[in-house]
Amino acid sequence: MNNDEIVLKVEDIHKSFGGIEVLRGVSFDVRRGETKVFIGPSGTGKSTLLRCINQLTIPDRGRVWLDGEEVTNSGARINHFRQKIGMVFQNFFLFDHLTALKNVELALLKVRGMGKAEAREKALTELRQVGMEDWANHYPAELSGGQAQRVSIARALAMDPDVILFDEPTSALDPELTREVLEVMKKLARNGMTMLVVTHEMGFACSVANEVLFMENGVVAEQGSPDLLLNDPQFTRMKDFIGRIDSRMSD
Amino acid sequence: MDVLPILLDWLPYLLSGIASTLGLVLAALGLGILLGLPMALGQVYGGRPIRWAVGIYVWFFRGLPILVLLFLFWFGIFPAIGLGHYSAFVVGAVVLGLRGAAYQSQIFRGAIQSVGEGQMIAARSLGMSRFTAIHSVILPQAMRIALPGWSNEYPNILTDSAVCYAIGVVELLTITARIVTQTHITIPIYLATAGIFIILNYGGLKLLHRLEARVAIPGFGTGAM
Repeated sequence: MNNDEIVLKVEDIHKSFGGIEVLRGVSFDVRRGETKVFIGPSGTGKSTLLRCINQLTIPDRGRVWLDGEEVTNSGARINHFRQKIGMVFQNFFLFDHLTALKNVELALLKVRGMGKAEAREKALTELRQVGMEDWANHYPAELSGGQAQRVSIARALAMDPDVILFDEPTSALDPELTREVLEVMKKLARNGMTMLVVTHEMGFACSVANEVLFMENGVVAEQGSPDLLLNDPQFTRMKDFIGRIDSRMSD
Repeated sequence: MDVLPILLDWLPYLLSGIASTLGLVLAALGLGILLGLPMALGQVYGGRPIRWAVGIYVWFFRGLPILVLLFLFWFGIFPAIGLGHYSAFVVGAVVLGLRGAAYQSQIFRGAIQSVGEGQMIAARSLGMSRFTAIHSVILPQAMRIALPGWSNEYPNILTDSAVCYAIGVVELLTITARIVTQTHITIPIYLATAGIFIILNYGGLKLLHRLEARVAIPGFGTGAM
């Protein structure tokens, strides 16, 4: 595997909602196996950016490539690309009428066209990866938030994606449940999964991210390794932002 | 005056009336799903012309008294489109069904719309087509949400079905009226028919509640855990 290979290319993404420009030209490249973390104040378009990548939100301008193929303007082929771009949501969005196992199986059966036995096998393997195989036959309402999020990660993993987008995966969880989800994500990162993560978890960003992109007002304001953005005096804006969060939390 | 032997004499006739009434109800519920569900999907996911057409349909069939609809179809529409040879039973079943579809479409529409939007987003994010997402994710949830409201259509249609008497469908009320005419026994016969309606009502709802319990999912919807 070539580690310098660019798996995802995002170029000049713009998006407005009701006359307000949420994204004002965002570009970056993602190498295979890399973890990029997006940090920044609420309303700066981080989640919108992730949704523009898999076209759940259609950008007004800009292009996205996955493995050299254009994802934007791909018409019906978008369903092909979405299989390769996993997504994990803040509120999990597990299918409420299906058990954990069936949640993971569904797209394998309906999208990948796998046979029942194979899909089941694959789903159980992914649930094991996130430590949820003992909960395979439980319904979402019977799971804690952390467990539900781990199942939703398994659901994304089952499609063997090239990259997984995490949209504030721990924002709906209390600290203890946050930890169990972050542990799973760290493991994925170590195993070479390519990940884009929108989060407010600085500890996670520092320990896992190859690169942090600090977003403000719809653009990437600062970009670099966590160490660089936190310690190089040349960078101030993310430090200011973190300082504001910290002082608010100690109030 | 001993009514029981008389009722027993007429029992086969009464039973045929019950069968006819239940036939009307089942046809109406069946047509209601068959038409009501696609209409609901059209209203939620369809373009403007479809939403508009469904809106007009619902407005028409909910806006007219059932008796007016029956006369309109029996004396007007069926003969006008060359279907005048169909029996009153068929016309009654069709009218109850078309009217039921209008009501049921709104039950299904509400249920579809109450499925969280995250369900569709998650399904699409996995590469499912819109059709697959609706079929495999949205509808299984929406149908469970709709079931209690839809069950309530059963007693509605059952009681409404008696109106088909007016166009001469030989259903339970028609038979009752004939027995009354023949025997000159009024109140006991009508009470017996009322009892039959209550039993049909109770029995049907019991079955539907059993169905609700059967498809219930822990922690999901309004059903029991």
